[in-house]
Amino acid sequence: MRRYLPFIIVTAVGLLTIGSGAMLYRAKRLSMRTAPKNYIVSGLPGGEPMHVRGRLDAPVTLEEFGDLQCPPCGTLAGAIDQLLRDYQPRLRLIFRHFPLVTHQRAREAAFASEAAGLQGRFWEMHDLLYRGQSIWSNAADVRLSFNTYAGILGLDIDRFKKDMGSEQVRQRVAADRQRGASLGVTRTPTVFINNHALPAASVTPAGLRAAIDAAMKAPLP
Amino acid sequence: MARARTQILLYTVAALLSLAGLADATYLTVQALTGETIVCGGSASCSDVLASVYARIAGIPLAAFGSLAYFSAFGFATFAVFGYARARIFFALIVWAMFGMTLWLLFVQAFLLHAFCRYCLLSAAIIFLLAGVLVALPPSRHARAP
Repeated sequence: MRRYLPFIIVTAVGLLTIGSGAMLYRAKRLSMRTAPKNYIVSGLPGGEPMHVRGRLDAPVTLEEFGDLQCPPCGTLAGAIDQLLRDYQPRLRLIFRHFPLVTHQRAREAAFASEAAGLQGRFWEMHDLLYRGQSIWSNAADVRLSFNTYAGILGLDIDRFKKDMGSEQVRQRVAADRQRGASLGVTRTPTVFINNHALPAASVTPAGLRAAIDAAMKAPLP
Repeated sequence: MARARTQILLYTVAALLSLAGLADATYLTVQALTGETIVCGGSASCSDVLASVYARIAGIPLAAFGSLAYFSAFGFATFAVFGYARARIFFALIVWAMFGMTLWLLFVQAFLLHAFCRYCLLSAAIIFLLAGVLVALPPSRHARAP
């Protein structure tokens, strides 16, 4: 028995590691998708197809107008991820681009995320851009940073570069911005819970949680 | 006899350290795969490091290679506890390889990224301890043939 003991121990640890890693992955992995083209969240259209995290039929919708170069948006992204996990499957996030003119690289970052979206990796690029915000925001060659991220995500780089300058991507970002403007958005992050704008002071982890709780208790229209 | 006991004790410690490193690296691998933002004690330094170009090789998270290395170190240490001579050689080789990689990654964090990831520093500390164990090991005389 002693002869086989090291084999048993090593195999057991290997299986345990794979099992716990897979369980952790499943627990952390949120449903990330781009909705079908004709799926509209309310009467007001925006960039289509919209980017949704969480279940498409969740009763509570958190619609965020964000700027990928805005530091508070980056901070909020982590808090929203936590909320999505806590309220899963009753909460969904819709991300809308609202690049501010004060952030010189925000539009390009939005294009990069949309170009990644055309290869099915919008959310991964969105997360990478927020994670590396302080790096690419100050990089000498921001295009190089975006191309590097595209490489990290395993995208077709040539296609990514071409898509970044495409009219399709520009229109997608412009449509989101237009939707924001029509809703009176002037700053980022601006958050709507079930189409009701949250005051800027409430756009905090605690404020969002309170608003989501209230939305869940509210009677269905 | 005392030498053999010391060896068994030190390889057991090494196996336990490798297990801790394996847990850390597995956690980082999952984080890298899910794309989740990691905040270390209120700062986003972890994410700065883990989202950098140095955190992946050919698109594969470096932490995944770390998990494999720790698992190998654990396996070799376990076999060494049971007296397998060749496992001791492989254990020494992998620990020194990990040690070299750790020095490079510490350099990257300190001088290229100017950001530190606490989970990466924990891993570095574990590898330094493993190297310490390796140095402290008395030379073996009566190891079992593999």
